[in-house]
Amino acid sequence: MKHTIAVIVENKSGVLTRIAGLFSRRAFNIDSLSVGATDNPDYSRMTLTVMGGEEVLEQVIKQLSKLINVIRVSELNPAESVERELAIIKVNADRENRSEIMQVVDIFRAKIIDVSARSMIIEITGDEEKINAIVQLLRQYGIKEMARTGKVSMARGLKSTQP
Amino acid sequence: MPKMTGAQAVLECLKREGVDVVFGLPGGVLLPLYDALYHSDIRHILVRHEQGAAHMADGFARATGKVGVCIATSGPGATNLVTGIATAYMDSVPLVAITGQVNTFLIGKDAFQEADITGITLPITKHSYLLKSARDIPRVFREAFYIARSGRPGPVLIDLPRDVTVEEMEFSWPEVHLPGYQPSTKPHEMQTKKAAKVLMGAERPVIYVGGGVKYADAHRELFDLAMKLNAPVTTTLMGVGCFPEDHPLSLGMLGMHGTKYANYAIQESDVLLAVGARFDDRVTGKIASFAPLAKIIHIDVDPAEIGKNVRVDIPVVGDAKKALAAFLKETEAKPRSAWNEKIDSWKRDYPLRYVPDMNIIKPQFVIEKLCELAPDAIITTEVGQNQMWAAQFFVHKDPRKFISSGGLGTMGYGFPAAIGAKMGMPDCEVIDIAGDGSFLMNSQELATAVVNDIPVKVAILNNGCLGMVRQWQELFFDKRYSATILGRTSPDFVKLAEAYGAVGLRATKPVEVEPVIKAALASDKPTVMDFIINPLEMVSPMVPAGATLGEILELEWCEACDSSFFEGLPARGQILDQEEIS
Repeated sequence: MKHTIAVIVENKSGVLTRIAGLFSRRAFNIDSLSVGATDNPDYSRMTLTVMGGEEVLEQVIKQLSKLINVIRVSELNPAESVERELAIIKVNADRENRSEIMQVVDIFRAKIIDVSARSMIIEITGDEEKINAIVQLLRQYGIKEMARTGKVSMARGLKSTQP
Repeated sequence: MPKMTGAQAVLECLKREGVDVVFGLPGGVLLPLYDALYHSDIRHILVRHEQGAAHMADGFARATGKVGVCIATSGPGATNLVTGIATAYMDSVPLVAITGQVNTFLIGKDAFQEADITGITLPITKHSYLLKSARDIPRVFREAFYIARSGRPGPVLIDLPRDVTVEEMEFSWPEVHLPGYQPSTKPHEMQTKKAAKVLMGAERPVIYVGGGVKYADAHRELFDLAMKLNAPVTTTLMGVGCFPEDHPLSLGMLGMHGTKYANYAIQESDVLLAVGARFDDRVTGKIASFAPLAKIIHIDVDPAEIGKNVRVDIPVVGDAKKALAAFLKETEAKPRSAWNEKIDSWKRDYPLRYVPDMNIIKPQFVIEKLCELAPDAIITTEVGQNQMWAAQFFVHKDPRKFISSGGLGTMGYGFPAAIGAKMGMPDCEVIDIAGDGSFLMNSQELATAVVNDIPVKVAILNNGCLGMVRQWQELFFDKRYSATILGRTSPDFVKLAEAYGAVGLRATKPVEVEPVIKAALASDKPTVMDFIINPLEMVSPMVPAGATLGEILELEWCEACDSSFFEGLPARGQILDQEEIS
């Protein structure tokens, strides 16, 4: 079972290490992790995807909450939250298949952000499944490299993780 | 406040936190700090190995309830603290470890004596700091002491680069502001009411007490509640002393080497009230069949402990003292019941026991004599058989008078911890119950005890082997004593003590035990007692690894065991021939 957790942390050095260290020490499985600024310069926000049952999730949340630099932890129920991931993908593209790839890009409402004689970089945002789907399709042309951000997520409506 | 250097600010912070003694060893990057210390009235105990400093600070903290402070220099000094910090972390001991660090501009350059000690200690500290500016010293120290002592206590490390200690700063003492750290101490009323109701309905209650009761200073509330409900009380190793063991409601210790009656009571209980305990594997045995009939109420100040190892029916997050006080309000007195009768009969049928011997010293006999002659002493222990016998056969009555490395199981802990405890409680007799294996792990601190005139006593239960491991080899590895027989390789502990200027005493026969203890207690110097004990003795009873608590065994004394392994041990040849003593 996959769980998404949003963590507000103090924007201090070593915080990421503490969280990564906690996961390895307690043998929790981390699937993805993304970190970035919030509108408050003192705080950063992490989104973690964790594998495990309910007890594991409970321990993850409680152990994270114990860290002094962690301000707030909340689980984001997928049905009540929006989640997005961004990926940039470099595919082999020559004169012959370029237009075919552009059609795929169109269907997925992705963007082309770089073109060369023999390659193309595609930018796509969406949930994990959507990105997996385009990656699957682009494979036939040969993916040269790919970078994914990991998921960011936020509860719908007024509910807020950030204090 | 006038301007001062970072080093002076550190000492000002220590003073404001009420620190009057620190344990440490200087080094290159700490020169400015030690120079400031030269002019300070804080007492510095110079150790002979930094591990000793960490254990002393730990023993000091456990005996007094205050925060212990240890200091070590960068690199090897800091890494030598690691075992001590991990020991404190596992047993939730409030500790502030100050480590020197290379100049900030050298960090990351593999400078001389550089080690990433905040990184190394990350998983064994409650929190840690790497100071970058003298300006931050007051805030960081104040936070560190607050974090170390509040909520679930634990060690906090402050890494102090050399240039930060010489930098000038203006001292101000800020309030603690930690938005991410608000330990919940007040238990939820709904939960305490629910729990009290379940307790009132219990027919076969057991109270299972851990170190949390000691740290929350909740032993009086515990006593009152047990009396009110007529509920028997068992303690973990960390909880030893939280309930007087000579009381009829006491079940002694539970778990792997607990009493039979404590373990039977747990397995038959219908309500188990766990207070400040964490369901450690040495306590629960096979976890799936631990207390199978019981509804479990769990009081803990650390919410992450609840549900970590066992399912809990009624969690109560909060300070043990407050929670137990709430229970006292919500419950009514209950009369003695058939359950109390049953427990009394177990206690009669399965007492802790050993086979006394007229010719050879039994370790249990030594502990009993120590208890008889120094009943109010603070007992520290090493780890292994000595630790279990000390827990079992000394009658503990005071929560802060049994000091032992429970979670980490650190051999070499007891002696420095005794020195720390004695510094905190100078009017108290302090005795380290040791093994010949573990005492050697920090025996260099004899120098510390002698030089600083700290008259602790050590009782070595000398069996010439690493006894607990040997016991397991005897029981589960077909008596293949791989690397556990120390025999002749151990030094003469009497001469060792004397070499340091301490007093050394030896007993090789049972009749010598009492005079040796009396002489040690009368001594005003650090004193080592070397008791040459039966090398074959095992800790009993025992729950084999992976078995349920109900499957606790009383071990045979294996008189038939091949004793040729132990021949030629110091003075032991003599004892085996001592037929004429009786």
